[in-house]
Amino acid sequence: MKLPIYMDNHATTPCDPRVVEAMLPYLTEQFGNAASRNHPFGWAAEEAVELAREQVAKLIGATPKEIVFTSGATESDNVALKGVIEFYGHKGKHIVTSPIEHKAIVDTARWLERQGCEVTWLPVGTDGLIDPAEVSKAIRPDTVVVSVMHGNNEIGTVNDIGAIGAICKKHGVLFHTDAVQTAGKVPIDVEAMGVDLLSLSAHKMYGPKGIGALYVRRKKPRVRVAPMVHGGGHERGMRSGTLPVHQIVGFGKAAELATAEMESESARTLALRERLRAKIEAAVPETLLNGSLAHRLPGNLNISFSFVEGESLLMALRDVAVSSGSACTSASLEPSYVLRAIGLDDENAHSSIRFGIGRFNTEEEVDYVADLVIKAVAKLRTLSPLWEMHQEGIDLKSIEWAAH
Amino acid sequence: MAYSDKVIDHYENPRNVGSLDKSDANVGTGLVGAPACGDVMRLQIRVTDDGVIEDARFKTYGCGSAIASSSLVTEWVKGRTVDEALTIKNNDIAQHLALPPVKIHCSVLAEDAIRAAIEDYKRKKGLG
Repeated sequence: MKLPIYMDNHATTPCDPRVVEAMLPYLTEQFGNAASRNHPFGWAAEEAVELAREQVAKLIGATPKEIVFTSGATESDNVALKGVIEFYGHKGKHIVTSPIEHKAIVDTARWLERQGCEVTWLPVGTDGLIDPAEVSKAIRPDTVVVSVMHGNNEIGTVNDIGAIGAICKKHGVLFHTDAVQTAGKVPIDVEAMGVDLLSLSAHKMYGPKGIGALYVRRKKPRVRVAPMVHGGGHERGMRSGTLPVHQIVGFGKAAELATAEMESESARTLALRERLRAKIEAAVPETLLNGSLAHRLPGNLNISFSFVEGESLLMALRDVAVSSGSACTSASLEPSYVLRAIGLDDENAHSSIRFGIGRFNTEEEVDYVADLVIKAVAKLRTLSPLWEMHQEGIDLKSIEWAAH
Repeated sequence: MAYSDKVIDHYENPRNVGSLDKSDANVGTGLVGAPACGDVMRLQIRVTDDGVIEDARFKTYGCGSAIASSSLVTEWVKGRTVDEALTIKNNDIAQHLALPPVKIHCSVLAEDAIRAAIEDYKRKKGLG
């Protein structure tokens, strides 16, 4: 077993070696510009891009012409909201979204608010799920688009996108979902789920960084988005810029592998996740699982270790790459906004650790991490005055703490 | 963020962890910080009749820098008189541990803990 262990697969994933192999020729011999229509270099590049487009489309049940390549999911999210508002803004300026979206949606929606749009922030259950009935209640005659993520990047909860899609369809409102965390892990079918716009990122599914896609529905209804990047009119005018052929090829290969291996891989990562959870919960009292267990990404485990601060725990796990919702690990000194939105108190938000198990993690690694966590929590609790007070039966909420 | 060797040393081998008898008239207890803010320090000192801190114990809930700051002050206050201990400043702690700017509040909290423990001791002794 090699140290350090990477168990932060929601942040990014390594490229699968098969992806790298597929990409390499497009950096050397096949370096053509996919927009060069008059020579074989361009034709080869275009052919490779179109194959990748098919591979990505297949992963989500779309047709190739509905895939627009972008620089990543942040750009896809930006285009989905801003591009739709720019195109359909004359019909209304109301957006419905949730407070646990990725920052690429939250910040874009806030920016649109400052530009005169109105945003309804959906309530989130303590289980981290969006109730489709709340979407129904939030839709107004001037609502243009609803954006609710498929899988959450922190707590791993997976929303009922099909139910939300059906509601949007009924009201004639466009539906966008950020499927960055679910693509390749949970089956996605844009037709069955009634999705109009969907964001993808290659590097969260064992492809390269710097490439993503926005699915834009072409039929029933034909969805239009105004471009954010203007220029040569690439990607059917929705996203100009010379296509990074090697990255697109890598993205396509990653999508092909994900389509073929999703079922077996998700079963394997789920078994590893459950092994990790069982070991930790059996040995460590006073833990809290953040987010629904039943509706959850297979590789995600987000646990609060009460009376232990997250960053100090990360320090003990220095041979393991995981993340914490603790304020101390962020530049802002604010604990995770997602954990706060599901009603977790600040103290337990500070105590949370996110484990992200992926394709290349092994059982041996899971066992090593579990043992390390168990030992570290026990040690830090012997250091914790809060743990001592809790053991003595003192209710920490009864104490008047001096906030600083 | 990379930690300094001194922070890592105190985190891995914390000095003087534990508790002193709260009901002892010579023991002062300082509890500062708040769980919601991500750090709570408890510093206890036992003072001899001639005003010298003969023992100190701590427990801390917080990041590595908070644990290191409180571990360090238990070493620093031991053997000092109460008045000498009050001259320990957060800057000294931050400098010694090479804390980055974002962790300065940990050293401030450690200084607060010293003051709170001494105040508690003085109150018990009717010196406040």
